[in-house]
Amino acid sequence: MSAESSAAEIVLDHVTKRYGESPRPAINDLSITIPAGEICVLIGPSGGGKTTAMKMINRLISITDGDITIDGTSVRSLEVTELRRGIGYVIQQIGLFPHMSVEANIGTVPRLLGWDKQRIRDRAHELLELVGLDPAEHAKRFPSQLSGGQRQRVGLARAMAADPPLMLMDEPFGAIDPITRERLQNDFLRLHREVRKTVVFVTHDIDEAIKMGDRICLLREGGILAQYDTPEAILAEPADEFVADFVGADRGLKRLALRRVGDVELAPVPSGDGALECPERTTLRDALSLMLTEGSDGVVVRGEDGQAKGYLTIAAVSRLL
Amino acid sequence: MNAVVFAQGGPVIPNFGRGDECIRNNGNFCLHWFLDNFGDRFWPRMVEHIELTAIALVIGFLISFAAALAAYRYARLELPFANVSALFYTIPSIALFQILVPITGIGWTTIELALVSYTLLILFRNTLTGLKEVPDEAKEAAEGMGLTRRQSLLRVELPLAVPAIIAGVRVATVTTISLATIAAFITPLGLGAPIFSAIQTGANTEFVAASLLSIALALIADVAIVFAQRMLTPWVRARSRAT
Amino acid sequence: MSDLVNFFGDNTSLLLNRTGAHLVIAAIGLVISLVIALPAGIWLGHLHKGSLLAINISNVLRALPSLALIAISLAFFGLSRANITIALVALAIPPILTNAYTAVDGVDPDAVEAARGMGMREREVLFGVELPLSWPLIFAGIRTASVYVIATAPLAALAGGGGLGDIIVNQPTYKLVGVIAATIVTVALAFVIDGLFGVIQRAVTPAGLVVSRELHTIVPPAESDLPADRVLA
Repeated sequence: MSAESSAAEIVLDHVTKRYGESPRPAINDLSITIPAGEICVLIGPSGGGKTTAMKMINRLISITDGDITIDGTSVRSLEVTELRRGIGYVIQQIGLFPHMSVEANIGTVPRLLGWDKQRIRDRAHELLELVGLDPAEHAKRFPSQLSGGQRQRVGLARAMAADPPLMLMDEPFGAIDPITRERLQNDFLRLHREVRKTVVFVTHDIDEAIKMGDRICLLREGGILAQYDTPEAILAEPADEFVADFVGADRGLKRLALRRVGDVELAPVPSGDGALECPERTTLRDALSLMLTEGSDGVVVRGEDGQAKGYLTIAAVSRLL
Repeated sequence: MNAVVFAQGGPVIPNFGRGDECIRNNGNFCLHWFLDNFGDRFWPRMVEHIELTAIALVIGFLISFAAALAAYRYARLELPFANVSALFYTIPSIALFQILVPITGIGWTTIELALVSYTLLILFRNTLTGLKEVPDEAKEAAEGMGLTRRQSLLRVELPLAVPAIIAGVRVATVTTISLATIAAFITPLGLGAPIFSAIQTGANTEFVAASLLSIALALIADVAIVFAQRMLTPWVRARSRAT
Repeated sequence: MSDLVNFFGDNTSLLLNRTGAHLVIAAIGLVISLVIALPAGIWLGHLHKGSLLAINISNVLRALPSLALIAISLAFFGLSRANITIALVALAIPPILTNAYTAVDGVDPDAVEAARGMGMREREVLFGVELPLSWPLIFAGIRTASVYVIATAPLAALAGGGGLGDIIVNQPTYKLVGVIAATIVTVALAFVIDGLFGVIQRAVTPAGLVVSRELHTIVPPAESDLPADRVLA
């Protein structure tokens, strides 16, 4: 499997979307640059236009003003079906074709592109393994025989089949139960580390946005950009009250969840036994929670090798904020 | 040489001929007579009947399919076509055949014209409903993945509509076989011919036999189409296995 | 055209007479079918059982050519009302049975469960929740059946007589104009009866139910639009 697949840089340049005679645009002068290989999460209140913005990239919704380029090529300059075949598209209800096997579903775009049968089959099997489904068991099955989580994985595989440099995902994990959702999110992040594509990901869940996004693009009502930055930056310095409200009053704690105790500077371990301990993989937030619950001022950080790495105090944590 | 006699009541008299006794008693179904005469009285009519039905179904399907595709694209075409084709169901077939005679003469054209008219509604409506019931998300995914309208129709929407379409074909087939028997009222074609002539002459076995043959034809066609449907739609079988 | 008008004028009493007989024949067939198929379909749908049986019986009956049925019973019963009645019953049962079954079987399971949870007895659930929600589809089946029956009843004239069929199969006597006239009456009859059932349906359906904008054709939809896995029976 080619671990290095091309990823494209996406640029939205003063993009505006107006419907009919309506004075208020759905998307208003949106300009952002998504670096190649990054996951950009579009988030905002309903009516904020996040799905509209995403759908303008593959022209399921037409652009009124401005332009969108993929690696410098305007999306308007390409023939629309050709454009879409180069973009992986995943929707919330997935939309697997019920009458085709899993394998055939995955092979949809490759077939359109004229790949030969063997290549398609090999690719389908490769992708099934990548998304965590055993090809021997699942390739010939039909969507109706799969669970929700399995269908979502096949949907992902199908979107990646032709190895597109860009993927658009519209609340892909929205219709799944929380436990499966978390597993899918983790698997997707792991996948993304292996197969770096540019991903535009729409969600209404701020926690998912913080977890999944390399960058977050927050849109306010009327499709106006509120803030576009890394999760860390948005949590540390929200641009205005709207952003601060949206990310939640607990943004300080949310920031702590982004880092692990093993990664920060630690004090030397004090002498004595019976001190509180936690593994180095623990997030700062969980460590803080532990200290507060147990009524301890600090916690010993234990490394993967079993050695004590250092000592973390509540005071140290609050200094990090 | 005994023959089994299906006479209506009465003593069972051993036969010394080829079912003459049965026929003389005007039994409802004299097997020997039937077998003897199958070749010239029934088989040609059966073939005619199958031809009549097949032609009507093919033409009716082509027209309805085209109309359904058009109505799928342009919704306002749906009601007019449905209403007109529905109207035919209220016209007794035995009347329609007669009414068409002055216009298209006595013969195949008239019969086919009438038979085709009766197939239109069910084929049109089932095809259209089948297309409309394709899940929205499948259509959206197809569009987003870069399938053209035509590709989406041919690879996604029509295949998914197949179960409903075949259900329509099934009903249209048995209906047409039934209506084709009535066609013989105006001209001796199809299995209806021995039925009508024998009812006039009162020859029970003849019209009972022809009736049984038409029933057999309809049932066989029905079962055959069910098999065809199973062959063509493996994903439906998978679903019922999964549930 | 004027011949047609004349025919109506000259033969009014004949037409009225035959129409009356026609209605009787149709009614007998329809009522028997309703008595057999309606309770059966509703009850099976309520139990969510026996779909295969209901579907298969409907499929077989639907496949039987009416003329064949008439002819065979003619052989057994001679000239008699029974002949046409058997054919009409075979014709009318399938739409009534499958629609009744599909309608009751398909009632929103949440509504049914809520009803049971509130302490309604089986009979109350059926009459209070399932039936009211099923009326549209059930009536669609009845209306379809009535159209079939009225349009097929002319065949009675072939084997026992009666009804507008007496004119329709008797072109030698009444000429083509008579056939056309009787046909027009038959078609009109179908519309009237369909309309009547429509009125009854509206009277019976609770006010809060939103009537879906289905095709308002004389032959209502859903008779054979069964879900694929059902039709596979």
